[in-house]
Amino acid sequence: MDWLKFFRAEKKANSAKTAKDRLMLAVAYQRSGLANGPAYLPKLREELLGVVRKYIQVPDDAVQFSVQREAGLEVLELNITLPDQP
Amino acid sequence: MAKIIVVTSGKGGVGKTTTSASFATGLAQRGHKTAVIDFDVGLRNLDLIMGVERRVVFDFVNVINGEASLKQALIKDKHVDTLYILAASQTRDKDALTQEGVERVLNELAQDFEYIVCDSPAGIEKGAFMAMYFADEALVVTNPEVSSVRDSDRVLGILSSKARIAEKGLGKVKEHLVLTRYSPARVAKGEMLSVEDVKEILAIPLLGVVPESPAVLTCSNSGVPVIRDDNSDAGLAYRDLVDRFLGEERPHRFLTEPKKSLLSKLFGGG
Ligand SMILES: Nc1ncnc2c1ncn2[C@@H]1O[C@H](COP(=O)(O)OP(=O)(O)O)[C@@H](O)[C@H]1O
Ligand SMILES: [Mg+2]
Repeated sequence: MDWLKFFRAEKKANSAKTAKDRLMLAVAYQRSGLANGPAYLPKLREELLGVVRKYIQVPDDAVQFSVQREAGLEVLELNITLPDQP
Repeated sequence: MAKIIVVTSGKGGVGKTTTSASFATGLAQRGHKTAVIDFDVGLRNLDLIMGVERRVVFDFVNVINGEASLKQALIKDKHVDTLYILAASQTRDKDALTQEGVERVLNELAQDFEYIVCDSPAGIEKGAFMAMYFADEALVVTNPEVSSVRDSDRVLGILSSKARIAEKGLGKVKEHLVLTRYSPARVAKGEMLSVEDVKEILAIPLLGVVPESPAVLTCSNSGVPVIRDDNSDAGLAYRDLVDRFLGEERPHRFLTEPKKSLLSKLFGGG
């Protein structure tokens, strides 16, 4: 049946793969709390990262936030991952 | 104890109302006394999909406001006798659904129904929030498409932090993934996210996959929930989904392309 393909221009970029990669990032961002937390969060995160870096070398994802609701209060959880050997 | 199940998604037009109608009908066909409520205040649709639009006298908001009793407002289905429908109001008042009012109606329903299915409106505003707030379980309806998947993830975040049982520390809403409008042919060509992709991204258990099917439109034309069409792939997929929800093992069907004849290949296109 290969001659059929001949008539239908076959250009197959795998766009599903692109969709998945983009979604993985978008969803990770959303879950980090940055997407739906207070507007100042991204800036706070940037500045904290700057402060930490005055003392130690850490990767970009070393500062993590999550915003949770507990008993009617917004709770901001902040996680700073330090490298094994400072 | 009645179980409250919200059918939600964030994004509009993904198949929530189609799923609510078939899911509720399926539960009722299996002998469970089921009520399905349209939470889409201002844009009621479920009545049309269930084929009861000419029998709506009172609606959800009338009951909340005490203008009608629940008994007066519930519409008994003509085909499945354990099935009842509560229509949404056409009012444009966004605040018509109060938390106390919704809770009161759900509590009253819980006295003699086994399942209460809440058809959520799109978005994450008040109506959608009211539909999910009291839920024990959630069907998260998702299309294999980027914006729908991201919106579903957003809704999952809200369910896990803001639903009543989560907020009160009583537990967690049980989440089920319902992937609809699935085209195995397009997945095979690498044009559409696969079931596996969506499962991996959302990381919740899969309840069912409903294929893109012309039967959904034809059934909605005549006001028949597609699950009542035993000759359609979508109808059978919904039936399997209901059986799985009730704890039975059903292999997933319709995940691969049906074999096409040479003629349909030649004339029907890809
Ligand atoms: N499996 C399916 N195959 C084909 N069309 C579908 C399918 N599921 C839903 N649709 C169509 O998609 C549209 C939106 O469905 P609906 O259930 O009203 O979505 P929602 O309630 O999420 O807005 C309708 O026109 C419906 O007929
Ligand atoms: Mg709808």
